[in-house]
Amino acid sequence: MGFSGKFSGWRVLKEGLTGNKGWTAHWRDPEPKREYDVVIVGGGGHGLATAYYLAKEHGLRNIAVLEKGYIGGGNVGRNTTIVRANYYLPGNSEFYSHSLKLWEGMEQDLNYNAMMSQRGILNVFHNDGQRDAAVRRANSIINQGDDAEILYRDQLKKLVPFLNYDNNRFPIMGALLQRRAGTARHDAVAWGFARGADQYGVDLIQNCEVTGIDVEGGKVTGVQTARGPIKAKKVALAAAGRSGQVAAMAGLTLPIESHVLQAFVSEGLKPVIDHVITFAAGHLYISQSDKGGLVFGGNLDFYSSYAARGNLPTQEHVMEAITAMVPAVTKARLLRSWGGIMDMTPDGSPIIDTTPIDGLYLNAGWCYGGFKATPASGDCFAHLIATGRPHEAATRFKLDRFRSGYGLMDEEGTGAQHNLH
Amino acid sequence: MRITCPLCGARDHREFTYKGAALPVPALDSGVAEWDAHVHLRENPAGPHEELWQHAMGCGAWLKVRRNTVSHEILAVELAQDAGLVIKEDRS
Repeated sequence: MGFSGKFSGWRVLKEGLTGNKGWTAHWRDPEPKREYDVVIVGGGGHGLATAYYLAKEHGLRNIAVLEKGYIGGGNVGRNTTIVRANYYLPGNSEFYSHSLKLWEGMEQDLNYNAMMSQRGILNVFHNDGQRDAAVRRANSIINQGDDAEILYRDQLKKLVPFLNYDNNRFPIMGALLQRRAGTARHDAVAWGFARGADQYGVDLIQNCEVTGIDVEGGKVTGVQTARGPIKAKKVALAAAGRSGQVAAMAGLTLPIESHVLQAFVSEGLKPVIDHVITFAAGHLYISQSDKGGLVFGGNLDFYSSYAARGNLPTQEHVMEAITAMVPAVTKARLLRSWGGIMDMTPDGSPIIDTTPIDGLYLNAGWCYGGFKATPASGDCFAHLIATGRPHEAATRFKLDRFRSGYGLMDEEGTGAQHNLH
Repeated sequence: MRITCPLCGARDHREFTYKGAALPVPALDSGVAEWDAHVHLRENPAGPHEELWQHAMGCGAWLKVRRNTVSHEILAVELAQDAGLVIKEDRS
C-alpha cells in the first residue's frame, strides 16, 4: 500500500531529534459522501475492525463508518481490556481462539502499538466442584488448540503469593491459567483499527448519529444521519449497547436487553498484580494497568439500563470480593468507577448474522465480553458482509437460535432467559 | 434505587429481584412466533420501561414497576396481580 507515516523505532528517534514536528493526525476527518458500498453503523472497536478487514481481506474501498460520538468514546474505551480465549462451548470456543490469534498479530498487522500484554489470566477455584469444572474447561481449551494449565495451591502460591489462600469461606485451591491471555490498551485498539481502515481509504465519519435506516421493498437502500442522508448498498450494524434501538429503525425487534456493567480503577500503585486474576466465589476480575491503577469489575447490576452508571450494591459486592481474595490491596483508594451499556442476549453469546432485510447485517449481543472479540468480530463480520456466508469461526452466532432453540451457547448453563446472564 | 413496594413501603433495591420486561403472557396454545416474542424479543427502550420485579427479600410480591432506564428514576409501582399480569412461579 505504501502507507505514509509508518511507525517505527527509527521514526520515534528521528522525530525526537527534530522536535516531534513530523507527526500528523492518525486518520482523516472527511465529509460524508452521498453513497457508499458499505455503511457501518457504529465506530467502536467492532465497527472499525469490520471496516479494516473489509478493506484488507476483501478489497472493498468505498466504505464509511458512522460514529455518533467520537472514535474510542464508546464501550471500546470503557472496558477492562481483557483478552482471552478460555471459552468452553462450540461456537464460542473456535471464535475466541481465532480472535486471540488475531490479537497476537494485530500490532504488526496494524503497525500500531496496542500495548498487547500476554500476562496470563488466572481463574482461581475454591472447591472440588470448581476444580473439576476448571479441569474440564482446560481440556476443552486445549482441544480447541489453545493453551491451558491447572495450577494447584502450591504452584499458584509461587506465582501469586499475595492472594488470601486461607480465607475461611473461600480458600483458594488453585487456578486455571491461560498464559497467552492478557490485556491490551483499549483506546489504542480503536485508534489502530481506525488508522488502518483510514489508510485503506475508509471514511471515518464522527459526530454522525444515524437517525433512520431506509428500506425499500425489503432491501436496505441507505441511512438517514445527523449529517444528511447517505445511500448504501449494504448497511452493517455494530452499535453495541444501542443495537436494539438502531435495529428498531429498520423495524426489527432484537433478542437483546441493555444492561449496565460497572468497572473500577484505583489510584496508581507500584506493580503488584502481574496477571489478570478472577475470583470464583463472588464475581471479580482484576488486573493492573501500565499506569499502575488496579482495573477491576464484577457482575452486571442485573436490571435494564442505558444510564452508563450503576448502583452501590454491585460496587459493594466487587469491593467485598477484593477484600476476600486480595486483602493486600484493600488500602488502595478507588479513583473512579463507571458503567458501560451491554447488549445482553438470552444465552449470553453474540450475534453475527444477516437479517430478514436484504443488505442489512447485524453484529450485536456481545454482552459483557466484546473487547476480547474485537479483531475476530471485525474479521468475521467483514467476511459475512463481503461474501454473504458466515466465517468458519462464527457459524453459530445466529439471530434465530433463540426462536429455534438450536445452537444456544449458554456458557454458564443457567438457561436462555434475559435475566440469567 | 429505592422501590416503594405497595405492601411494605420504600425499600432499597437490594431487596428486589429484577425479572425483565412486564409483558402480557401469551395464551398457552399460542404459536412459536408469539412465544419467541414473549421470551426473547425486547423493545428495550431508553426511557420509561415497564418491568417486573419481585420483592424477594421482603413480602415476596411481584411488582410491575415503571422505571426510566436512562435515569433509574422509579415512576410508578403496582402489584403485578392488579396490573393483570399472570405470574406463575416456578417452584421446581
